[in-house]
Amino acid sequence: MPLLRNMKTIFFRRILLWLAPLIFLGVFFFYPFLRILAFGLSFETLKANNLQLAFHVLFFTFYQASLSTLLTLLIGLPSAYLFARFDFHGKSLLRALTTVPFMLPTVVVAAGFNALLGPRGWINLTFMHLFALNSPPIQFVGTLGAILLAHVFYNTTIVIRIVSNALSRLDPKLEQAARSLGANERRVWWNVTLPLLRPSIFAASLLVFLFDFTSFGVILLLGGPTFATLEVEIYIQALQMLNLPVAALLAFIQLLCTLVFSILYTRLSTRVTIQSAPRSPYQHKANATKEKAFVFVLCILLLTFFILPMLALPLRSISRLQADRGQQTQVHYGLTTDYYTELFINRRNTLFYVPPINATLNSLGYACATVILSLLLGFPAASALAKPGRLEKILDPVLILPLGASAVTLALGFIIVFGRLLISPWLVPLAHTLVALPFVIRTLQPAIASIPDRLRQAATTLGASPLRVWQNVDWPILSRATLSAATFAFTISLGEFGATLLLARPDYPTIPIAIYNFLSQPGDLNYGQAMAMATLLMALTTAGILFIEKQRLPGMGEF
Amino acid sequence: MLEIRGIYKAYEAQPLLQSISFLVGTGETICLLGPSGSGKSTLLRMIAGLEPPDAGQILWDGNDLASTPPHLRDFGLVFQDYALFPHLDVFDNAAFGLRMKNWKSDEVKTRLAEVLDLVNLRGFEHRKVTDLSGGEQQRVALARALAPHPRLLMFDEPLGALDRALREDLLNELRGILHRTQIPAIYVTHDQDEAFTIADRVLLLHDGQITQEGTPADVWSKPNSVWAAQFLGLGNIIEGKIINGKKVETKVGNFSMKCRHKHQAGEKVHLLVRPLETSNEANQIRGRVADVVFQQDRFKVTLDGGLYFYLKDKPKVGQMLEIKVKLECLQ
Repeated sequence: MPLLRNMKTIFFRRILLWLAPLIFLGVFFFYPFLRILAFGLSFETLKANNLQLAFHVLFFTFYQASLSTLLTLLIGLPSAYLFARFDFHGKSLLRALTTVPFMLPTVVVAAGFNALLGPRGWINLTFMHLFALNSPPIQFVGTLGAILLAHVFYNTTIVIRIVSNALSRLDPKLEQAARSLGANERRVWWNVTLPLLRPSIFAASLLVFLFDFTSFGVILLLGGPTFATLEVEIYIQALQMLNLPVAALLAFIQLLCTLVFSILYTRLSTRVTIQSAPRSPYQHKANATKEKAFVFVLCILLLTFFILPMLALPLRSISRLQADRGQQTQVHYGLTTDYYTELFINRRNTLFYVPPINATLNSLGYACATVILSLLLGFPAASALAKPGRLEKILDPVLILPLGASAVTLALGFIIVFGRLLISPWLVPLAHTLVALPFVIRTLQPAIASIPDRLRQAATTLGASPLRVWQNVDWPILSRATLSAATFAFTISLGEFGATLLLARPDYPTIPIAIYNFLSQPGDLNYGQAMAMATLLMALTTAGILFIEKQRLPGMGEF
Repeated sequence: MLEIRGIYKAYEAQPLLQSISFLVGTGETICLLGPSGSGKSTLLRMIAGLEPPDAGQILWDGNDLASTPPHLRDFGLVFQDYALFPHLDVFDNAAFGLRMKNWKSDEVKTRLAEVLDLVNLRGFEHRKVTDLSGGEQQRVALARALAPHPRLLMFDEPLGALDRALREDLLNELRGILHRTQIPAIYVTHDQDEAFTIADRVLLLHDGQITQEGTPADVWSKPNSVWAAQFLGLGNIIEGKIINGKKVETKVGNFSMKCRHKHQAGEKVHLLVRPLETSNEANQIRGRVADVVFQQDRFKVTLDGGLYFYLKDKPKVGQMLEIKVKLECLQ
């Protein structure tokens, strides 16, 4: 039975492809995950006061996420309309600008808002200077407002992308048909456009909600530990209270919630794509005064909102605006490179304290390890998924599961399984790989699937050996996607904050950890160094994003 | 009565429509016939008020409609791919226009019963429009446009997406409905069979201008330009040179013919060659058979030089043939 044997070898080959990714996920995701379950759902943990804490935290998490989502919609929906329906100068630039924050590490965004609105930020220092005040007049860091603003900053692009995409795919004839049937503009909007957009608005809201729900860095850095969401509380319980069971209980609740939201989102997003076929773009220049005013005001608003924090940060990193303590006399205000040169100096001369620039070297090392690991694991998985069989249908969602688990939860699992004290520096890139793997697979898979077997067969009939086929057919097509995937993994690892905060040893800090440490220490010099480090990270990540955008295959990768 | 006066429209500095003028009388169906991209749909959209013309006027009973927004024009428009509202069922789609006019719900019900009867869609009220076949969707689109008693109906390639047999059935039904309701209509298509079936009057649109206008029979029998003849699929066009008032020289022989235009001797003309079975003014063409292709009930016979004719009997390749033809001058 040659056919049967053939099928067997195919099946065997598939298993072989899956072996490494599945073992990796098993050891570093599912096993820790089960341990979290066991810890969190034990009788000792499920006590009244723990449940009360969990309920309290869960309520606040829902509250801030709902509020953030509402505010994001408030800015996102008009912006989606702007991008879908109007044509104006600098449109693509503005659109690109709104997408940048989404990819930026949370520490960079937090540092950016800090540089703008924080106690040592531009606005507060300007007011203090102008009115000779002794303390910053605007209380921003440590308020719910800061958290909300940063969330809106982060996620507006999701609403813009999903809803404006749906809007521009809406057949303009539907609105015209309604017009010719006697509907005025308002009724067209309420009876036709809005009902048709509803699924995409829901999908966008759900995704935004999911991100706000699991947000960690923004809340810790801008809100402070008093604003305990599930994520922050897991961190506090695990690292400060050393109460792993309660942390595990919270992590379980967190996983459950994200799972429900993810399933809802997946259902909704399929409905969004089915709803209408792509159409020719339906855009026009603003004509009426009303339209012109709308476009102008919104553009200015978006521009200030998205540029100011990102501008405030690098500028703050090269400006001395305040004297450090005990430096009152010699300091000269204005442009300075001190914050950057200071990064290379070990001020404290202790064995454990390393010059801050070493954090950069650590980060780069971790990032490289993450790239190599995630490509090694991602390639076989993506190859198997590119030609899905029955096995792949089951395994596909399994691979994406780590995406639903928050970084803090992943790290908690590591701590429970491998023990806090035995932590080796290797756990950090392993955790980063878990976070990056879904992105790497999702980037590689369509590229691999895009190579039809006919191409390889044609090359074979033309005399190419399997190796030459790979060299001359597969690789030239895959190289771009591989580079994108590698860059994805690299930038994710560089900016990863949540898992690293739990797992990094004090003698091996990464850039985000160093920024966090600097921000939580007093004094202008520390603040300046945080700004300098965050600027470096922003530059590295932005370069990565631009690189990925350039490599992006047409028609690939929305969310 | 609809009157179009000197419409001009440009896209990206290229004129798309130029000096378009015509009338649509009470109960009349006119058809704009032209190739894709000739601006037919744009013209309909301008009449509907969805797009402003760059110059010219659109009048209803003598009143300029320039300042009337589309939703107050009472013109029904049937779109090429129907543009049915996917979130509404058949009933709600068809009732949309009535609801916009704030009809009471029992009035809506009565009217819809009538309209759905008219388009043979009784019993489809609560079906999802996305589950309907192309022909059924087309009927819903028609019902939706008819329901609010429009004073004019416009059809933008309404049958373009349907297969041939269904197209013929629907076309005949549509013709019946237009005849019964006596609603004036503008029908836009690139398909001459559709145009000639449905129209009281055909307007040929070419390069943004109306090049010919008349009843279907007129337009068919007397195409007034080489383009019109080619577009209508009257394929045998040869070049000739006038010898004198009644004689013309071509590469397949010299012929005598009448011409509506006055020509100088030596002038170049295009001639439309059509086979003719019974006539005494017939010219004859002699030629060697180059190719024979079987087509359904007849044979397409191509002579040396490219002229072709449809014959009942199969000639042999290489055989000499004599065919009676009628020659028309296309200036």
